[in-house]
Amino acid sequence: MPAKAKSTPKKAVKSGASLRLYRSLRRIRRVEEEIARLYPSDKIKSPVHLSIGQEGIAVGVCDALEARDAVSGTYRGHATYLAKGGSLAAMMAELYGKDTGCARGKGGSMHLIDMEAKVLGTSAVVGTTVPVAVGYALAQKRLKTGAVVACFLGDGATEEGCFAESLNFAALHKLPVVFVCENNGFAIHEPLSKRWATDRLCARVATYGIPAKRFADSDTAAIRKHVERALLKMRKGGGPIFIECLTWRWREHVGPGEDYDAGFRSKAMLAKWQKKDPVAKAAKAVSAKQRAAIDAEIEAEIAAAIAFAEASPFPSPEELGTDVYA
Amino acid sequence: MSTPKPPPTPKLAWPGRVEDGRRVLKYVDALSEAVALEMARDENVFLFGLDVDDHKAIQGSTRGLLDRFGPARVFTTPLSEDAMTGVAIGAAMAGMRPIHVHIRMDFLMLCMNQLVNIAAKARYMYGGQIKVPLVVRTIIGKSWGQGAQHSQGLHSMFMHVPGLKVCAPSNAHDAKGALIAAIRDDNPVVFVEHRLLYATEAFVAEAPYVVAPGRARVCRFGRDVTIVGVSNMVVEALRAADLLKEAGVAAEVIDPIWLAPLDSDTIVESVRRTRKLVIVDNGWSMCGAGAEIAARVAEACAGEGPLQIQRLGFAPTPCPPSPPLEAAFYPNPATIAAAAYKLARPDAPAWMPDAAKAELAYQLQFKGPF
Repeated sequence: MPAKAKSTPKKAVKSGASLRLYRSLRRIRRVEEEIARLYPSDKIKSPVHLSIGQEGIAVGVCDALEARDAVSGTYRGHATYLAKGGSLAAMMAELYGKDTGCARGKGGSMHLIDMEAKVLGTSAVVGTTVPVAVGYALAQKRLKTGAVVACFLGDGATEEGCFAESLNFAALHKLPVVFVCENNGFAIHEPLSKRWATDRLCARVATYGIPAKRFADSDTAAIRKHVERALLKMRKGGGPIFIECLTWRWREHVGPGEDYDAGFRSKAMLAKWQKKDPVAKAAKAVSAKQRAAIDAEIEAEIAAAIAFAEASPFPSPEELGTDVYA
Repeated sequence: MSTPKPPPTPKLAWPGRVEDGRRVLKYVDALSEAVALEMARDENVFLFGLDVDDHKAIQGSTRGLLDRFGPARVFTTPLSEDAMTGVAIGAAMAGMRPIHVHIRMDFLMLCMNQLVNIAAKARYMYGGQIKVPLVVRTIIGKSWGQGAQHSQGLHSMFMHVPGLKVCAPSNAHDAKGALIAAIRDDNPVVFVEHRLLYATEAFVAEAPYVVAPGRARVCRFGRDVTIVGVSNMVVEALRAADLLKEAGVAAEVIDPIWLAPLDSDTIVESVRRTRKLVIVDNGWSMCGAGAEIAARVAEACAGEGPLQIQRLGFAPTPCPPSPPLEAAFYPNPATIAAAAYKLARPDAPAWMPDAAKAELAYQLQFKGPF
């Protein structure tokens, strides 16, 4: 290793980031496709809310974060968890209800956590994690860790009272929070048009004194760049930011399949969003050779994680009563 | 030129007054003393909530804390109870020890989602990866027309949920020790205070001490009937015991102090001797703390012979402000004594003590607002 590796050539940085983004996006996509493939076997003992199609947001944001930074995710949280470095094997074991799961079989897919990777626990009650993330950020400020919190939430969460309360408090105390709204247009099956008087979400948020920006295409690299730049100011006490990332849930609300036959949303929209597929887009930025190598690694890791989950023991019945209290 | 003297270190203990060589302190001052001692001991402890830093200092219970510890550790909040509870939980998950203060227990209904769905379950549903050392201080109101939304004793709602601890101290000594225990506890604790107890006094040691979870206290020994009081009703039960004594009935009075975990063993042990139990809750009887205590005693004493249990609590109505209605809403020393007498002397004619004797000193002294 050269003694003075001060500056890396710009192209190499770009190529490094491209590889990272592709690896992360492809990995999450393949993990969730495998979950969907395994689901009919009934080995996975947990309702799953797949983020297939939405991965670019979590990957873009998390790539801009440092190890000390935390993320707070939703029940559709596989992508957030994996993008921040949560253990894949522990996640898969959790889905199987095994003792080696990240929540020891007591959480399931909707309550993923990996505090070592700074993934705060996800929640099944929409919006509940938003103030918790803000409180975690308050502690980072008080403890002077320099860390920030990326708080992921869906469009539905913005309708909860605690969302407005949390924005106000975070702005008032200039807390280091990146609010990330993954707006996929539906709360379970209800479209925005039946829930919002106007779609000017960023304008609403901006009235709290929080810089807000909408990403209509949710381009992974654009999100990453925006967050990376915003963090420079945020780490100096600049206060929270908000981004609204429009996206599309390719699959049904919960479960492995699709729901286009139900008639509440059109397959034409899916086709439109599949043209913006973040994984395919990231794949173009890396060479076929690099892609092949990364893909092989990912397949091996997923196979190992599934094998780990299948081989792991279930918790013993005595575990029912542990960890009710600390 | 003389060297300037360093400013005096602020004393953490409240002066109180001295009686028999021991310090006597009010309940309200015991609360702030407990917080001051813990904030001095552990810099991760902070206190927040609407109006904790104003000139009235939550009816005096946070007095002095802002001056001693500054606005970074003692601060007000927007009127956002739901999110502020989540903020407290998030800070606790990050290793801090928040104390979230609510001037009335009724406002905890705005915190239910966070307390029940996150605080109570986080340790468990996140597989033991985190803990939530959170104290929620809250005050039950009574008298001077507090009315339907400033008077509720809702502790049983929190007793119902695994993962939460619930404490309802009835005197200044326990208020200090139990609050210190709650702050040091690694779990969320709902700490239930009572407004009418704020001015009551007890011997309170200046040094920190803990009144640990899950340990009830027998306040008075007696062989004829067991009376369990909750929160302020311990004081009413003790007064009822005085009235019963005049009628020749020896009542044993027990204060659970902590409602979750609940020391039912101490209550069961007493009822095994008396076979008669009156539970006086500072809340509604339906699915209340009294129902839980009665059930545990009945289960423990099954097959051991006759057992008589009577629950007393709020009338099954919202709390009215008008004095005669409010008086009928609450159990009082006379109604408690009459109920206990009926159990202890089943063959004697019904007995009701003189109403004038049933009035408590603080009820006569207490003036509003609040």
